[in-house]
Amino acid sequence: MKRYFKNILDSVATVLIGMKVTWRHLFTPAVTIQYPDVRLKLPERARNRLYVNMDDCIGCDQCSMACPVDCITIETIKSTPDINLGLTSVGTKKRLYVPVFDIDIAKCCYCALCVYPCPTECIKMTDVFEFSEYERQNLIYNFATMTASEVDQAKAKLVTYEQEEARKKEGHGGTRTETAGAAAPDSPRAS
Amino acid sequence: MKDVLIELLRNEPLVYTLMAFVPLLWILPFALFAVWWERKVAAHMQDRLGPMRTGGWHGWAQTIADILKLIQKEDVVPSAADRMLFTLAPFVVFIGAYAAYAALPFSAAYVGAGIHIGLFYIIAVSSLVVIGLLMAGWASNNKWSLFGAMRSAAQVVSYEIPIALSLLTVVMVVGSFDLQEITKAQSGSLLNWFVFQKFPLLFIAAIIYFVASLAEVNRTPFDIPEAESELVAGYHTEYAGMKFALFFLSEYANMFAVSMIAVIIFFGGWNSPFGDFVSGPFWGAFWVISKSLGFIFLQMWLRWTLPRLRVDQLMYVGWKVLIPFSFAIILGVGLWVMMAT
Amino acid sequence: MEAAIEKPVTIPGFGRPLRSHEMVINMGPQHPSTHGVLRLELVVDGEVVIDMIPHIGYLHRCFEKHAEHMTNYQQVIPYCDRMDYIAAMSNDLGYAVACEKLLNIKVPERVEYIRVIMAELQRIASHLLAIGTYGMDIGAFTPFLYCFRDRERILDIYEETCGARLLYNYIWIGGLSHDVPSDFQTKVGDFCRYFRPQIKELNNLLTYNKIFIERTANVGVLPADVAVNYGASGPVLRGSGVKWDLRKNDPYSIYDRFEFDIPTGKGEVGSVGDCWDRYIVRVREIGQSLNILEQAIAAIPAGNVQSAIPKRIRPDASEVYVRTETPKGELGYYIVADGTTSPYRVKVRPPTFVNLSILPAMSRGAMIADVIAILGSIDIVLGEVDR
Repeated sequence: MKRYFKNILDSVATVLIGMKVTWRHLFTPAVTIQYPDVRLKLPERARNRLYVNMDDCIGCDQCSMACPVDCITIETIKSTPDINLGLTSVGTKKRLYVPVFDIDIAKCCYCALCVYPCPTECIKMTDVFEFSEYERQNLIYNFATMTASEVDQAKAKLVTYEQEEARKKEGHGGTRTETAGAAAPDSPRAS
Repeated sequence: MKDVLIELLRNEPLVYTLMAFVPLLWILPFALFAVWWERKVAAHMQDRLGPMRTGGWHGWAQTIADILKLIQKEDVVPSAADRMLFTLAPFVVFIGAYAAYAALPFSAAYVGAGIHIGLFYIIAVSSLVVIGLLMAGWASNNKWSLFGAMRSAAQVVSYEIPIALSLLTVVMVVGSFDLQEITKAQSGSLLNWFVFQKFPLLFIAAIIYFVASLAEVNRTPFDIPEAESELVAGYHTEYAGMKFALFFLSEYANMFAVSMIAVIIFFGGWNSPFGDFVSGPFWGAFWVISKSLGFIFLQMWLRWTLPRLRVDQLMYVGWKVLIPFSFAIILGVGLWVMMAT
Repeated sequence: MEAAIEKPVTIPGFGRPLRSHEMVINMGPQHPSTHGVLRLELVVDGEVVIDMIPHIGYLHRCFEKHAEHMTNYQQVIPYCDRMDYIAAMSNDLGYAVACEKLLNIKVPERVEYIRVIMAELQRIASHLLAIGTYGMDIGAFTPFLYCFRDRERILDIYEETCGARLLYNYIWIGGLSHDVPSDFQTKVGDFCRYFRPQIKELNNLLTYNKIFIERTANVGVLPADVAVNYGASGPVLRGSGVKWDLRKNDPYSIYDRFEFDIPTGKGEVGSVGDCWDRYIVRVREIGQSLNILEQAIAAIPAGNVQSAIPKRIRPDASEVYVRTETPKGELGYYIVADGTTSPYRVKVRPPTFVNLSILPAMSRGAMIADVIAILGSIDIVLGEVDR
């Protein structure tokens, strides 16, 4: 019998205590902001959409191999020794054309594993997070800047160069040791 | 007001039909306001802002936008549902909530139907809601809706008893069921209000009435029939579009009706709290509506503070706590009234 | 009475005919309270549950198969995050500790301290979510918002450190991906100071509310021996009164250097092992985590967090099983290496998978509303149950 009344008293007391908490919260300012009119500044390390600075890309494929979900597709074409593709911003010499550098941002899991191995730090995670599209195809980002004719030119040039190198090796009767294609650029024998 | 209109139109059935629509003129704007207010109260209690954009100032047009959206929705009726019951259910629930407005006096000069047994009529007619809920749950052909409807029926039926008993205490004091009489008996000053009379008996009766009325309108902590986290949406799971809007409208209409009854019976009705100052037929409407809005705020406050009771605990509270206490209060008030005469 | 219907219909899965007074009802897979895609098939008699079968597998994403196909061990870590997505740091920590044991790497002290801080912050965040959603299941909508507001502060700390809010890829094998920012200790200290009074407010609003106690006390009582027999772990086990926490009973990392208590359920408002006990164990564990945090941030040594990260991970053909205490319980990683750079097999022992198996035993005889309460108190995450 006593428990019956104690229960009722407990209920009323705890209800009133709870009501006091919510009453006090009526007058505390809101913790939310009015997005999209007001936006929070994301921290420096925020991991959102990927961006690739193609001027710095040397086509090493490290990011593509590091990606756990295989969202980066890279194709490269060796450049011939007479072409100077320039230097990256950290001073490395570029030796490969990169005709295809696709990132399927819909597959990307935003883990940033591609960012760490890049030797020139050309692939970065930006703070852009509002990039929804109506078409799913638009979420495949093409970062490469070569036109179709440039790609064909580069491919044709490489094929010609490799045929030349093969003929030269045959012409010398195989006395020269096989060297890797990239060793030729500074050689005086470059034709 | 009735006499004025009869003089004007000289057609009694027409006048009665027109007067039947008058409470709707209040309920519709009130529901629009109350939904917005509920969202705002909930938001501020939860440290956020609620609707802010629709209509500009703090999203006041949010409910209007919601109604427009609901009107456009496809009216889905499940193929295996009992079509006629399914369609009728929201209307029955609304009728149960709306018919109570006929006997509620909004001021000294206006009451839809000045029935001598006004209170008795109101309690009787609000019970129609149960039929509507059962129809909704059964006709949906959905096990979860059936659960919601069964629980709701049990709950509403059980809590009518404490409501009736606590209202009876005031009837004993006044000696009449007529709501205008009850209101007039509280005129004069703030202390004449029945909640302060025969202290503390009528005060406890007011609390019992308020708690039981929460169960009547399915508000937390008694909202197990529409428990969002258990039954998806209870008895109105299968309803889409305007029928759903009608359920919502009935809920808010019912909320206002029971708040207004609490105000009329215990808190002075259309009497001003300052006695004769700021009183009159139009001020009366202002007072009764503001006091009812205060109770509605209290209902919202409780909704956002408390968890919900399980259905058997709900039954326990109704039958084993509220009813014995209301019997005790009736006994006490009866003895008091007897000894005073 | 118990009369079988004329042509008894066998309930598939239960293997017995459906009696006339029973009803088979499906809770889920789309349900506001099953904490993910879980299907509970209930046989009910009115409101009372007579039998139940949980159906899982709706969120199976082949984590273990993916792990076998990664080119190196570090690449598995983003997948580990996604198992228990609410407590991602703890998953990463378990995997990293397992791989470090496999490779015999000793990480620098600074890394150990930061890992403990991250894991304890994650414990607080995970318990806040568990408490908030539990309140919401019971019907109290407001504590959910308060818990999330506080959880946001933790997620902000994480975002400044590693850039992500939910799936971090921060704890790597041999170290961390980034060193912490310069104001890390101040931020964590501020959070601890801010948060202790909030626990009091939560207690006022939810924990000691009589209605909440009525809904959770004496509901879903799990006796200690049943819990141990089923292999329960975490707050589910400690709620039944068993004082077992891997941070003390089988310490890993540097947990043996900190002073903290292991809260257990004592049946304060009901029976030992009821839902309220499991809930209060979580609330008290938040307090203990704050203690650990305060001790840890005062003692972080200097150092390089990436000095021990191996350039090439190629363990010998061996196997290791390491278990850690995540907010949900005992998470075990069984890694089999075969001498190549990618794992041969990574088997995960998720705590919630085992805890979920106790659900039918606890809910027989309870009402449908109680099933929700019991499920909420076990605190499952379907990402971890299904992997």
